[in-house]
Amino acid sequence: MTDTTKTTSLEKQPMEYRPSFFKATMAIVQKDLSAEFRSRELLSAMLVFSMLVILIFNFALELDIKVRQSVTAGVLWTTFAFAGTLGLNRSMAVEKDRGCMDGLLLAPVDRSAIFFGKAISNLAFMLIVEAIVLPLYALLYNEVRIFQPSFLGVILLGSIGYIAVGTLLSAMSVQTRTRDVLLPILLFPVAVPVLLASVKASGGLLNNATFAEILVPLNLLIVYDVIFIAVAFMVFDFVVEE
Amino acid sequence: MQSKPIALTILDIVSIIVLGIASYLALVFAPTEAVMGDVQRVFYFHIGTAWVGLVGFVLAAVSGIAYLITKDMRWDRFEVAAVEVSTMFFFITIVLGSIWARPAWNTWWTWDPRLTTAAVTELIYIAYFMLRQGIEDPDKRARFGAVYALLGGLSAPITFMVIRLFRTIHPVVIGNQSAEAQGGFSMTPDMRTAFFFALFAFTIIFIDMMWHRIRLGGLQEKVEQLKLNVSI
Repeated sequence: MTDTTKTTSLEKQPMEYRPSFFKATMAIVQKDLSAEFRSRELLSAMLVFSMLVILIFNFALELDIKVRQSVTAGVLWTTFAFAGTLGLNRSMAVEKDRGCMDGLLLAPVDRSAIFFGKAISNLAFMLIVEAIVLPLYALLYNEVRIFQPSFLGVILLGSIGYIAVGTLLSAMSVQTRTRDVLLPILLFPVAVPVLLASVKASGGLLNNATFAEILVPLNLLIVYDVIFIAVAFMVFDFVVEE
Repeated sequence: MQSKPIALTILDIVSIIVLGIASYLALVFAPTEAVMGDVQRVFYFHIGTAWVGLVGFVLAAVSGIAYLITKDMRWDRFEVAAVEVSTMFFFITIVLGSIWARPAWNTWWTWDPRLTTAAVTELIYIAYFMLRQGIEDPDKRARFGAVYALLGGLSAPITFMVIRLFRTIHPVVIGNQSAEAQGGFSMTPDMRTAFFFALFAFTIIFIDMMWHRIRLGGLQEKVEQLKLNVSI
């Protein structure tokens, strides 16, 4: 989009110019991603943190081959959940710190576009971290079963639900006195269903369960995703309004 | 100062009376259960407190929605009252359940779906208070509280469904049977009387406490306003 097209449309409808919902969302995603790819602060922190968590699990749980059979899904999801809160906190804190959020709120776009923009970029960060951690885990523990499409699908569904509710809650927690401390406390109890359903479904896949066996957790995961995206979309306005 | 309404005083007295009657019915009137013995008497108050606890959480979610729509502070007071009173009742439920579980299941705690959901729900509402504590602006506090009460009210049932799934497929925790089957019994008419009266009694007590808490919320607000006036 060039400046000229922008001005002409502005001239035509001086008061009513509003970028489309999709365009506004994508603009926020683009802003977040390009800021992140320049500094790489968030991603590197999340990655190193994830590796450390896995390292600690290695010794805390004695991840030998027999234990791994049953706990791989749990270890991975715990890691993602922890790394996820790190990312969620940071991505909202940068908006709050220098009044960027106020700038975003002043923009003549639907507020929920801001929510979706932030959620999509948070999801992108989480997926990037997962895309690096999963192969590393596979390499370190010789766990090639991770690379089945349905397993990755479950990871995606779980991440979507976690990020949807996490983005909403991080928008709340940055506005409180306790800030970063509060996010995990708010997020984990509400995200219990998504984490457990993901662990259940991905653990089932790793243990060669049939599709029928993981259908129920998968359904619950989808139900959670749909409900919480819808609710977050509806209430985000109330969270950011001043 | 606004004096205490007479109806509320009457309700206080009624609450104490029904609590007394419910205690009598549960502890003396109801027959001793054949298998579990006297410890089964915990059940009447356990269900009573659980009932009002759950009602309170549903009320909190609903009043959260009502607040977001109307922006009327009275809904916020109602919501805080519901969460606070219910969190307390729910805690009593968990403690009573533990007391019963020790002889019946031979453990204070198992990760059964109901127990786990109860624990997670309790944590959600403790987080709710931590969230509210961290915000000074009353409007913002009310908005965030409403949003979180709504999220909590939605996620608790899904938690229950998910955990039930875990435990029924992994039969290691308490066996294949459900929680009721583990301590199930059929009620005699006298037990039923005690049971329904306990439900009724706790409903009355719940309403009484809600009323007190809502009134307290209103007074709190008034005090804050007065403080502001003084400082101006």
